[in-house]
Amino acid sequence: MAHIQLPDGLPGIRGAMAFRPETAKPLNELVEILLHAPNSLTPGERELIATYVSSENDCYYCQTIHGAIAAASLNDDESLVKKVKHDFQNADITPKLKALLVIAGQVQKGGKHVTPEAVAKARALGATDLEIHDTVLIAAAFCMYNRYVDGLGTTQPRDEAMYRERGKRVAREGYVTVSKEYLPATV
Amino acid sequence: MPHIALPEGLPGITGGFAFRPETAKPMRELAHVLLHGPSALTGGERELIATYVSSQNDCYFCQTSHGAAAAAHLGKDSGLVDKVKRDFLQSPVSDKLKALLVIAGQVQKGGKHVTAESVETARQQGATDLEIHDTVLIAAAFCMYNRYVDGLATWQPQDPAMYSSMGEHLATHGYITPSIEVVPT
Repeated sequence: MAHIQLPDGLPGIRGAMAFRPETAKPLNELVEILLHAPNSLTPGERELIATYVSSENDCYYCQTIHGAIAAASLNDDESLVKKVKHDFQNADITPKLKALLVIAGQVQKGGKHVTPEAVAKARALGATDLEIHDTVLIAAAFCMYNRYVDGLGTTQPRDEAMYRERGKRVAREGYVTVSKEYLPATV
Repeated sequence: MPHIALPEGLPGITGGFAFRPETAKPMRELAHVLLHGPSALTGGERELIATYVSSQNDCYFCQTSHGAAAAAHLGKDSGLVDKVKRDFLQSPVSDKLKALLVIAGQVQKGGKHVTAESVETARQQGATDLEIHDTVLIAAAFCMYNRYVDGLATWQPQDPAMYSSMGEHLATHGYITPSIEVVPT
């Protein structure tokens, strides 16, 4: 049971967002820019970073929905998503993404854990300042979203088909569009 | 030195915001709603929660700027702000705020650390669901802001006058407009 009275039938962050539309608006806009808007990192790469951080933070809802969005962006390759969560160094992804995942993992532990060496490595593999910035902010933002979802004790159904279906929709339409189904038209 | 080439002369998060205005906009709006928008919790109480979490995350820029904003709300009582950071249970804040700070400290460790007991205690001290929600989200959001500021290794000057003037600006105007003059170069 959730720690506070959240609207029924909306799992994970959706219940919390419907409870407080004023904060839902910037929360959705931030994730839209970081994960869905045009970027030199593909949506699949960015969703893998979000999934990895959510997995490190042990947030079931976030790692499952973002894992599903990542898979939807990566030719439905769910095994790649699993591999990245458990052992990204040996996953079939680019060396640049591995270097960015190292930085994301450092941010998850705490901002001061990010080392100049990890940043230099990512840069040597072709990462731009903007890509490093966005990696740091995606990782930081998921340290927020994960805590928000688990800290309120939200409902997190163990229903892979639900996440898979919704993952496809979010990958296609983005966060702000999909959020309109449970948020009021104007805040 | 920052990990990436941030605009010079802009301390802490303002450097990250100037580097990436697209993400700055929702991040400013979120802080504004949480810390400055209408709420049953006072601006001072909310800034104390932000300051406490930033202190637990050891982020110098955030705990100092939000500590200054809290002090600006609370009759310039920086002694109270220091007490809340070090030992809030012994500080002269309300029992309700103490109970909310306990929840904020649990969120800082991780979402699953929040206990039904600490939520129940806050409720017994008069906290509403909305106040508990906002406490959880303020604490979670500062786990983002703090990581952003330290994860980019932003410039964090040790200049009490600068933080005090930032704090006044934040307490008065909130978070939509920059608290630091951006001097065009």
